Amino acid sequence: MTPRILEIRKNLLKRNDEIARELRSRLLADGVLVVNLVSGPGTGKTSLLRRTLTELRGRGFRVAALVGDLATDNDARRLAETGAPVRQITTDGLCHLEAAMVESHLAAWAPGPLDLLFIENVGNLVCPASYDLGESVRAVLLSVTEGEDKPLKYPTLFHSADVAVLTKIDLAEPCEFDRAAALSNLAAVRPGIPVLETSARTGAGIDAWIDFLLAARSRLAADPLPGR
Amino acid sequence: MHELSIATNLISLALEAIQNKSPALHTSAPRVDQVTLRVGRLAGVDAEALQFCYEIATRDTPLAGSQLVIEEVPAVVYCPACQAERELPSVQRFVCPECGQPTAELRRGRELELTCIQLVEPDTVSPPAG
Ligand SMILES: Nc1nc2c(ncn2[C@@H]2O[C@H](COP(=O)(O)OP(=O)(O)OP(=O)(O)O)[C@@H](O)[C@H]2O)c(=O)[nH]1
Ligand SMILES: [Mg+2]
Ligand SMILES: [Zn+2]
Repeated sequence: MTPRILEIRKNLLKRNDEIARELRSRLLADGVLVVNLVSGPGTGKTSLLRRTLTELRGRGFRVAALVGDLATDNDARRLAETGAPVRQITTDGLCHLEAAMVESHLAAWAPGPLDLLFIENVGNLVCPASYDLGESVRAVLLSVTEGEDKPLKYPTLFHSADVAVLTKIDLAEPCEFDRAAALSNLAAVRPGIPVLETSARTGAGIDAWIDFLLAARSRLAADPLPGR
Repeated sequence: MHELSIATNLISLALEAIQNKSPALHTSAPRVDQVTLRVGRLAGVDAEALQFCYEIATRDTPLAGSQLVIEEVPAVVYCPACQAERELPSVQRFVCPECGQPTAELRRGRELELTCIQLVEPDTVSPPAG
């Protein structure tokens, strides 16, 4: 018997990365900013997204959302109430979305010309970190109720984000939220990350979040003008 | 947990590579001894879970019984102050270990890469042992 060594160099996520890269350049060229919302379960992705869709529609932007969910269509129904086109991606137990799912759902759906497309990822602080979905902005959410040390426990996901949103800020005081600790933990795993604070309950901070998104869109997308 | 899909992915890439580089696999059935994967500290993959999934997912494939060797790749950042690449002692603190400068510029540590497959091929001249 002769041992033989095959030298290989193959990235396991190559296929996903290629699809994502293609999606990102195509959508940006069409003036669409794609935002991937990631967080643990129950952090407030759907609630923030509802406010965001409503507010952006009110300002004349064309928006839509893709929602990943393990099994139910509850989130998609809640989001559809805003009047924006919403499409559900049921992952059948898969704990994250992949670029190929986004690609095939977009192809089958055709929500019309868009300015911003939101993707609500599956609530999970681990797996979504590895999968580029073709987004231009990855927003990680951290609620004031879930512990200031989450960034240290899940550095891979928090490090991969472009912006952090502290959600449920209306509950900061009753929960004795330690803002300084949360900010320093976020900065430790991702120095320089912009941090916003929002409440989907009261609407606090939503304007600043919208402004952040629109600034990112003007910076990145080919057509920076609203509603065209 | 996405280690099962990672393992499945790894197996199909490995089989493809074996088929390309060693077409004899199907007829004379060389044994696959080892499959080596480089896993970055920030690849988002749990080595232990991946080992477990690999063993399950290789059953009933030509890779059954092979060993998965995981090489961990440290997280390496670029420090703009030192103008050099620095290995992070901890991924919970993105600061240069030499000068303390915070930096988010990750240069290595996201790898998830099949690098090497070790086969044992039956000798063509001598009849198989046993
Ligand atoms: N007080 C308060 N509660 C909130 C806020 N945002 C969300 N919640 C509540 O938190 C719970 C979870 O909110 P969701 O928006 O469904 O969270 P999610 O991240 O989409 O959850 P999954 O999709 O299941 O991961 C719900 O009961 C919401 O009403 C907020 O700003 N303030
Ligand atoms: Mg949700
Ligand atoms: Zn330095």
